[in-house]
Amino acid sequence: MEEKGFEPRIVAFLCNWCTYAAADAAGISRMEQPLNVDVIRVMCSGRVDPSFVLKAFLEGADGVIVSGCHPPGDCHYGEGNYKTFRRMPLLERLLQQYGIEEERFRWGWISAAEAPKWAQLTRKMTERIRELGPLDWRGRLEQMEIEGV
Amino acid sequence: MAGKPKVAFYWAASCGGCDIAVLEIREKLLDLAQAVDIVFWPVAMDIKYGDVEAMEDASIDACFFNGAIRNEENEHLARLLRAKSKTLVAYGSCAYVGSIPGLGNLSDRQEIFETVYNESPSTANPQRLLPETSYELAEGETELPAFFNTVKTLAQTVPVDYFVPGCPPQAHQTWAVLEAFLRGELPSPGSVIGAGEKTVCDECERVKEDKKVGQFHRVHEIIPDEKKCLLEQGIVCAGPATRSGCGALCPTANLPCRGCYGPPPGVVDQGAKLLSAVASVVDADTEEEAARIVSQIADPIGTFYRFGLASSLLRRRKLH
Repeated sequence: MEEKGFEPRIVAFLCNWCTYAAADAAGISRMEQPLNVDVIRVMCSGRVDPSFVLKAFLEGADGVIVSGCHPPGDCHYGEGNYKTFRRMPLLERLLQQYGIEEERFRWGWISAAEAPKWAQLTRKMTERIRELGPLDWRGRLEQMEIEGV
Repeated sequence: MAGKPKVAFYWAASCGGCDIAVLEIREKLLDLAQAVDIVFWPVAMDIKYGDVEAMEDASIDACFFNGAIRNEENEHLARLLRAKSKTLVAYGSCAYVGSIPGLGNLSDRQEIFETVYNESPSTANPQRLLPETSYELAEGETELPAFFNTVKTLAQTVPVDYFVPGCPPQAHQTWAVLEAFLRGELPSPGSVIGAGEKTVCDECERVKEDKKVGQFHRVHEIIPDEKKCLLEQGIVCAGPATRSGCGALCPTANLPCRGCYGPPPGVVDQGAKLLSAVASVVDADTEEEAARIVSQIADPIGTFYRFGLASSLLRRRKLH
């Protein structure tokens, strides 16, 4: 599937209070980051409905990141990130059953003070997905319609 | 309309249960037979596809189409009946959301053929013969419809006017739909009819208290308490992510809701919604504990999308 000149598109759902602040700090500090990550700021990683992740993959994401505040204690709302760690392991397995490679979905915690961790995650993930090639889910569905199978 | 309205029933990739569900209206079947002309119903009448092809376009007033689109024949009949019918109703969950046949979207044609014709323990096929779409015999060429890699819903194949959920639709709902049709009182096209506007939980009379689950069970592993919410007892119940309309039939029989009425209004992806609902009851305050508890759910995709895979956002497992 690897195509020449393929640039991965990664959608990142980041919590306003921790990881978004980290991503912001990484930018301000001029850390090296790939241009492949589209950040969607949400108020809490616990706000990320699994259907957001599925929709992102359907609409062309080659990878998805969900990241929030470290549990326990860092969450601005107390236990919002508990919802994340109860939900995401199931979503992770679901995506694998859909045939989506493990490395295309990353979830976890990056605090506002961990800008280098954010920058490194975006670099590594982009590199890995470049190797995996495009996911192109909608294209696959459309191809299926064309071939009538 | 001049004369009695013309009605058709058809089965595509289905188990036959939806045709039985029509019979479940019992003596009202006589009222139906008086009120309409049934012009096509393969399970009950001997009428050939050619007879349907000979009908004028839009000459059938309402066609109740059950079953998913699994092969070329299903697709052909979907297109044909769409052209011949003024109103096309996706009747039952296979036509509506893909249902159990839709779980075939976790495999592809080759894998399914391999399992069915070679690997299944009850099969003896030493020559490893697989179905062909055409075959030359002394008497001439025989044909079989091509089997698709992917199961589709009726609405993914042709435009559909109404959707009646259920595996199968409940008899009182079927009758309500037929009555509304006969009285010309069907709502605006595109609607889900013969069902409620809430969730199965709203109809379920079980006592709901504190949802904190430390251990999930499969249905054969425990005999649940008959009064308490099944999800609270650690049984994955699709009630929170399933449209009402059945009267919480399965929970009443001490079985978890399996999700056959499809997603409730406003929900795009039934499996994602059920995943969230199930995760929300997990009683874990650490990542490790949460991971341990949810790992007890054996087959997330097959459980959360038992009926909704073909109509889910991603629709199928990735094809290679």
